[in-house]
Amino acid sequence: MRTALLRTLAAVLAAGGATLLPASAVAAPTPSPGATPVNRAGTSFLTATPITAGQPVRVDASVGDHLYWSFPATAGQVHEINATVTFGKARGGASTWTVDVFDGLRRRQACTAGAQTPTVDAQASTVALGCTLREVRPWAEPWSADPLPGTYVIRLSVTDLPEPDLGAPIDVDLLVGTVADRGASADDGELAAPLVPNTRAGTVLNAVPPVDPEADDDGDWPADWLPDLGSRWIWTGVGGVLAAVAGVVGFALTRRPRRA
Amino acid sequence: MINFRRSAAVLLGLLATTALTGPAPAAADDEEPVAEPPRVELVLDVSGSMRAADIDGRSRISVAQQAFNEVVDALPAETQLGIRVLGATYKGKDKKVGCQDTQQIVPVGPVDRSAAKAAVATLRPTGFTPVGLALRSAAQDLGSGTTTRRIVLITDGEDTCAPPDPCEVARELAAQGTSLVVDTLGLAPDEKVRRQLLCIAGATGGTYTAAQSAEELTGRIKQLVERAGDTHTRAPTVVGGANACESAPLLAPGVYADREAFSEHRWYRVPVRPGQELRASVSMALDRPVNRDYGVLLRATAADGRELVRGVDAGSGRADVLSAGLRWSATADDGDADEAEETSTPVVEPTTVCLVVSNSFAARPGTAATPGMPVELTIDVVAAAPAPNGPDLGRGWMLLVLLTVAGLLTGLLAGLLTRWWVATWREN
Repeated sequence: MRTALLRTLAAVLAAGGATLLPASAVAAPTPSPGATPVNRAGTSFLTATPITAGQPVRVDASVGDHLYWSFPATAGQVHEINATVTFGKARGGASTWTVDVFDGLRRRQACTAGAQTPTVDAQASTVALGCTLREVRPWAEPWSADPLPGTYVIRLSVTDLPEPDLGAPIDVDLLVGTVADRGASADDGELAAPLVPNTRAGTVLNAVPPVDPEADDDGDWPADWLPDLGSRWIWTGVGGVLAAVAGVVGFALTRRPRRA
Repeated sequence: MINFRRSAAVLLGLLATTALTGPAPAAADDEEPVAEPPRVELVLDVSGSMRAADIDGRSRISVAQQAFNEVVDALPAETQLGIRVLGATYKGKDKKVGCQDTQQIVPVGPVDRSAAKAAVATLRPTGFTPVGLALRSAAQDLGSGTTTRRIVLITDGEDTCAPPDPCEVARELAAQGTSLVVDTLGLAPDEKVRRQLLCIAGATGGTYTAAQSAEELTGRIKQLVERAGDTHTRAPTVVGGANACESAPLLAPGVYADREAFSEHRWYRVPVRPGQELRASVSMALDRPVNRDYGVLLRATAADGRELVRGVDAGSGRADVLSAGLRWSATADDGDADEAEETSTPVVEPTTVCLVVSNSFAARPGTAATPGMPVELTIDVVAAAPAPNGPDLGRGWMLLVLLTVAGLLTGLLAGLLTRWWVATWREN
């Protein structure tokens, strides 16, 4: 009986451990199989070329270009950006390259790891850049600068170089990878709208527009108040059930087997 | 026992699948359709220096002609392309006449491929290099409209006709209101040419490329023409910020373009209703040489001047734009007043938030201060995201393990106690 108990415990722990581990494992990004390679880049925030994680980018450019791409991110994800710039020939002096990442509000994002601003000497034939972003939070106060779900913009450029080197041809390879996706629960807060930049031309108003009373919330559908599957209600409820079942099992283990 | 274990495994499996299913991806941004086709004009220098045979042993003009032919062949169907030349006809020595020498040989519109190629084939290197005038004329050729226009300038020599200085012309054209980008291609590795083309590209947000082979030139022009189609969005609405909040323009969500001089403050107003969140971002372009260190500050203030929130960024060295952004939603003190109002009257006056854009750029000696530097302002008003007030419950696999182990131990303890109690009771 005792061995049966231990086996049950071990099985529960093993099941828990096995499902916990892959979520926290971190791997270097690799191109997704079947992803369409991108061979273009934008030149400003408004014209950034949209890409997705796992989609390889290869583009011809000139030294001095500011190249922009954008990718979507959801709560719980951690992204890693890897870029390689290949030079056609030697240059006049050392150059410093940078990969900057901005959120949907064009706020600069910190890199937690990676060579964000490497400097290479005149003879180097390539330079590798990298940036690992912070985990995207599901919600943050409006005053904070935490990374939030929405669009992120990557800018690759050269920040310091001898001026005569500008304009020379280069090849740029870039890959954005999702290195972790821990998901998020609606209990931890949720943005009403992801930080996706509004790219439409604006209109200057003559007066404060009137409020349309219809624009308020449109009733509670059952789906609105039913907890979603990953919510704390479900987790804790299932935990209660498991505890009750385990309690009964534990109680049963202490009974002597009935004599036939 | 065995049955129980199997069902527990099934339960865990079910939980695992629900937990590992990621959240739905963010809704794709539905772009508003653009009525105008993309418009590009190639401006080719056909001045006497294009005769030099220094690109792979061929003359610069023949390389350019070949590149143009390939670009015309590969032109995307919807793109409207025009070709303008400078220094192509006047053979004389009179600078005054030579500096007026620029013609549009292919009008901007749907391209007749054979006619365009024929027009390019007849070009012979001839005269002066009136780059400034050609740029001004090219901007006129492209007309004004609601989308971004692109000029691709291909030249091998510095402007021999200044004034007007081509860089000043480029800055003036960029400031006129029509969104115009000039991409430049230099065919000669010459310092003066490079400086001039870099200045033109920088002033309009374009790029500079030094083309040193026919292949490079063709590839780059193709890429630029393609890019004109890709990045063919509606240009930002031009707005003029005020120098105080009261007189500031009232902005609806969208993208706006403005100009701001060194150390200037520009004010805008945005109406934000209770339950809404204001999102604003600003980019200032470094379109001229400035001192090494710089910064940009975007502040949101209430009508009475209280600061609500600020977005700030600073940088140094070479960059194209410097950006800052902020979020703000009415809560706490602002929210209380608004909520009280809401209960009494169904229609609530929106709070007017003032946005002020300021900068700490500093001009280098000799840098022109006017027109101001380009400012791009993005405003969005969305539903506010209230702070999460979920119940004090748990989440995750460790919780399940903990509860299960606790339940098991409690069951065991209860069982053992019962056994002991029953045994004691029986004995007595």
